Amino acid sequence: MRRRLGRLGPTWAKASIPVYSIVLAFAVAAVVVIISSAFTATGFDPLLPLAAYLRLFAGAFGSGNGIANTLVAAAPLMFGGLAVGIGLKAGLFNIGVAGQFLVGAFTAAVIGAALATAPTIVGMPLAMLAGGLAGAVYGFIPGYLKARTGAHEVVTTIMLNNAAALLLTWAVNDLVRAPGFSFPRTADIGQSALPILAGRNLHLGIVFAIAAVLVIRWILVRTTLGFEIRTVGANPNAARYAGMRPIFITALTMTISGLLAGLAGAIQMLGVIGFYAPGITASVGFDSIAVALLGRSDPIGILFAALLFGAFRAGAPLMQIETSVPIEVIDIIQALVILFLAADLIVRKVFRVRAPKVEITEMATVTGSWGAGTPPPGTVS
Amino acid sequence: MSDKTPVLEMRGISKRFPGGTLANDSIDLDLGDREIHALLGENGAGKTTLMNILYGLVTPDEGEIRIDAAPVTIQGPADAIARGIGMVHQHFMLVPVLSVAENVVLGQEITSVDGVLDMRTAERRIRELADRLGFSVDPGVRVNQLSLGQQQRVEILKAIYRGARILVLDEPTAVLTPQETREIFSVLRRLREDGTSIIFISHKLDEVLEIADRVTVIRRGKVVGSRKPAQTNQDELAELMVGRAVSLRVDRGQSHPGDVALEVVGLRALDDRRHEMVRGVELSVRSGEIVGIAGVGGNGQDELVECVVGLRKPFAGTIRLAGRDITRLSVEARRDLGIAYVPADRQRFGLVLPYLLPDNFVLTRYGEVPYAGGLGGFVRQDQPIRSEAGRLAKEFDVRSSSLDVAASTLSGGNQQKVVVAREFRHDLKVLVVDQPTRGLDVGSIEFIHKQVIARRDAGVAVLLVSAELDEVLDLSDRILVMYRGRIVGTFASAEAQREKVGLLMATGEART
Amino acid sequence: MDILALPRLIWEFLVYLFAVMPDLLPIILSLATPLALGALCGVLGERSGVVNIGIEGIMLMAAFFGYLTGFALHEPLGTGAALALGIVVAVATGAVLGLLYAWLTVTVRADQIIAGTMMNIAAFGVTGYLNRLIITPSGRGGAGVIPPFHLPDQLATLPFVGPILAMFLDQGPIAMSVIVLVLIAQFALFRTRWGLRTRAVGEHPKAADTVGINVFRQRYLNVIIGCGIAGLAGAYLTLESTGSFQNGMTNGRGFIALAAVIFGRWTPLGSFLGALLFGTATAFGIIVNVRPAEGDLGTLMKTIPTFWYAALPYLITVVILAGVVGRSTPPAADGIPYAKEGKG
Repeated sequence: MRRRLGRLGPTWAKASIPVYSIVLAFAVAAVVVIISSAFTATGFDPLLPLAAYLRLFAGAFGSGNGIANTLVAAAPLMFGGLAVGIGLKAGLFNIGVAGQFLVGAFTAAVIGAALATAPTIVGMPLAMLAGGLAGAVYGFIPGYLKARTGAHEVVTTIMLNNAAALLLTWAVNDLVRAPGFSFPRTADIGQSALPILAGRNLHLGIVFAIAAVLVIRWILVRTTLGFEIRTVGANPNAARYAGMRPIFITALTMTISGLLAGLAGAIQMLGVIGFYAPGITASVGFDSIAVALLGRSDPIGILFAALLFGAFRAGAPLMQIETSVPIEVIDIIQALVILFLAADLIVRKVFRVRAPKVEITEMATVTGSWGAGTPPPGTVS
Repeated sequence: MSDKTPVLEMRGISKRFPGGTLANDSIDLDLGDREIHALLGENGAGKTTLMNILYGLVTPDEGEIRIDAAPVTIQGPADAIARGIGMVHQHFMLVPVLSVAENVVLGQEITSVDGVLDMRTAERRIRELADRLGFSVDPGVRVNQLSLGQQQRVEILKAIYRGARILVLDEPTAVLTPQETREIFSVLRRLREDGTSIIFISHKLDEVLEIADRVTVIRRGKVVGSRKPAQTNQDELAELMVGRAVSLRVDRGQSHPGDVALEVVGLRALDDRRHEMVRGVELSVRSGEIVGIAGVGGNGQDELVECVVGLRKPFAGTIRLAGRDITRLSVEARRDLGIAYVPADRQRFGLVLPYLLPDNFVLTRYGEVPYAGGLGGFVRQDQPIRSEAGRLAKEFDVRSSSLDVAASTLSGGNQQKVVVAREFRHDLKVLVVDQPTRGLDVGSIEFIHKQVIARRDAGVAVLLVSAELDEVLDLSDRILVMYRGRIVGTFASAEAQREKVGLLMATGEART
Repeated sequence: MDILALPRLIWEFLVYLFAVMPDLLPIILSLATPLALGALCGVLGERSGVVNIGIEGIMLMAAFFGYLTGFALHEPLGTGAALALGIVVAVATGAVLGLLYAWLTVTVRADQIIAGTMMNIAAFGVTGYLNRLIITPSGRGGAGVIPPFHLPDQLATLPFVGPILAMFLDQGPIAMSVIVLVLIAQFALFRTRWGLRTRAVGEHPKAADTVGINVFRQRYLNVIIGCGIAGLAGAYLTLESTGSFQNGMTNGRGFIALAAVIFGRWTPLGSFLGALLFGTATAFGIIVNVRPAEGDLGTLMKTIPTFWYAALPYLITVVILAGVVGRSTPPAADGIPYAKEGKG
């Protein structure tokens, strides 16, 4: 296989495991679907997965509408995947994308509503910026805590996720509730919404998302800041020795990560939802983790992974309507993809892959910093 | 030592590791009853692999092992222990937070009812055992509170507790002072009287000649000779070890010290656990001289070096570079002023193993022109980085198939050369080297020693820290001894004798 | 506000606490139960060197499958049997997931944080999927709730001792078992052969290996047992505390349990105290609504928005992690997979 691909060889080597992981995940999920169909009213159906998957892809790609839906779903996933990915590069596991997303969405909704009557060219960028900044602040908190005290971001970000949901519910109920609606929500964003590019709902967000991918890639690969981020993730001791400041880089990276996650929320708010109400789901939160891992923390990989998961999310409702297979099967597939990525031994055995293990070496720092505590006293930061 | 059947025979042992290295090539080894048999060879020769095979940690590809003339297959450490083989590893296999007693009985615990530990009986037995071997030990103390020499005795206790008749010691004196070495030797002789046969792995020629009844030399996985100490000498053994005549001492030549380049005054610093490890150190290094710090590991040398380089903030004292106070400066600022640092742990501090070689070659200068340019030094410039990497690789003879390989694929010696190449620049004022040749083969050691001397001759002030007393004695023009965070002795190279220095290292006091 | 306002408020607060104590304490233990059991899972794992971020997911899966068992069986077998089997199934679910997790982390040596996160995502997905597929369409309810024991009134009204007895005994069986499990675990970890080997394996697995201890077996055993205990926590949520299942009902408890582990310095007893602390934070929010305070104190308490009380446990977790983690050290080999050197 590698010989036939010639110049594409190394790219296939990197991409092969993720691709095989997806295939295997679909296969295993199919088994789950078949087995659980025995407990439903319609009874055991061994062909159900096939029908379901066909509907899934039909929903995602089968029509202009479907493709638009896919791109719309993919845009926030690109931002979210970049958020998790850049964190991973620095040895940080930002599971707080969900909370940062909500905070960003909320802020974008509020600012957008405040500027609802202003020209779009003014309101929209300001609302997006506000959402991004709100996410940045919400990412800075766990980043600073990790850098200063060693509090592991895996736990602090999840706690902040829960706190964010509660905080925003209260804020909508008591602070910025728009009058005249039967349930608590913010006002309409009016002209602050993202302009539609094509069809019914394909908004400008996808352009911003692709731009973000390119910018982050450039930063990581071609700049000294990117070099510092990657080195802190690969070997924080060597980073200090090289004169870098891991504490600063840690806090900065989590802030950038929060910024990207906040922008994800802002895009979703300004492009799709239009107002903030308690109970907005943020499946983007966990989807972003799968996207980042599938894309191996590489921005281009994340772009494609986001498109794939966007397709899943776009097509799932059609699948559920027409075959009664619940949309949560996407969550199962997502978990399986992560499983096969983490235990790529399985994929290798099944598909007889001999590509060298392309490790996410930064995970050594992520897990290694569990309980590592405060940076040493007397350390120059 | 008698002519009876050997207690242990290893015949035709071969082992090839995945990746191709032939660690053991048809090795034969005998151990007589009540014999201390030394296994001599340089780093990487295959001695540890052979002993790991004996202890069941590694399975041999070919060969046979016989104990008391009966062939055995050793399945694993538990099996080896059951057969009376005990091993004291080079890096101690003790759990630091557990007590001496807990460590000794681990795996063969004394329990009362149903799995509940009976530590009192355990402690009693341990005290008895230690007595028999001629030393005393407090079984309730946590291992991380013991000195290295004491920890080693605990390791020996572990083996004897399990009834070891064959005891293997892997580089036991690597971390000991000359005094502690003498103490451990007397324990070994006691053991021999008591009926234990001992295999003693080392690369230290003088010690081997002192303690062993027989010496077998291994080179590149093969046995190249076996001698009785009375019938040989250090030069012959060295030649067997390396395969050619080796000058055991590097020719240092005369030093021509200039002005004081580095000064440390009244330095005090804490370690990561907030213990005071540097307790008022004063030293100075002139340009064109090599000052070596001798001392047993853990007496504050690492912390001292980290302060000098900028990786640790002292809480009192001053550091001056050519008269300028640099105590508050960052690592980068000090680098810019001309301080370079070769760290003791090259894999943890000196390199980023997953990175390709060019990034490792400019690791400490990544932000400087010409390696970073546009937008105020934000954008990296690949071309200058690559060409510098190529130049350094050639000049320092770094052997690898290409520049675009990860540093993890290089051998230890080549990895160290990358670090050295990067740090040994031409515009240095001060060079700090910590354990510069740890774990390297003789060829690399020679190369690096020559480079250090070349830097000195070019006018750089060199501060050397090494646990290998011989390295310090060989390379330094002036020798300082560090003990419990203070400098307790200064010698010019000519007046430094091993005994005197060793005594200071071990006790902090000179004998009157 | 006069100058005596603050001391008076503090006094009123203490009086208030004393008054609500008999009601407060049992609530604290019930809220702390899933946290304490989750924390035990964490302690057992991390003491052997395995970090388990997936406790949340394991709790959720066990909660669901325990509920599902009760749901499916209470008509054919009666409530009592259904509930009992539900607990068994929940613990078994935990143990099976523990086996999977142990295989991933110990044998395959996958990254532990990714593996744990995967378990969490999988749990949300599987439980959401099956909930929507099987339970919601049926419209039926579950097996109900295990009836708690009631302390006789004479004991409950004893001064000082009464409320404490009520705390531990006026509960369902799972909540009552917590203190027992904690004490057993504490003794076992520090006074038995198993405990010594566990600690050795978590601090210096190579040393344990060289004296013949099977590191893999020890880790497998501890992870499976620990996850079984986490399964018990799940059973508590759907069979003893509430009588129903909601998607995502664990709501972060698995992570709070991890904070309790760190707070308790990786000891069973310490993490139990941590769980009580977190339980107190939430309990407080409940008590303030159910039995509000009088006078100035009451007014003050009412002005604090309810979300603060609800968010309190999460915020405390963050504060604890930031303040405590730096000063305590986990087992040295925590999170690092063990690889035997070239045996082959």
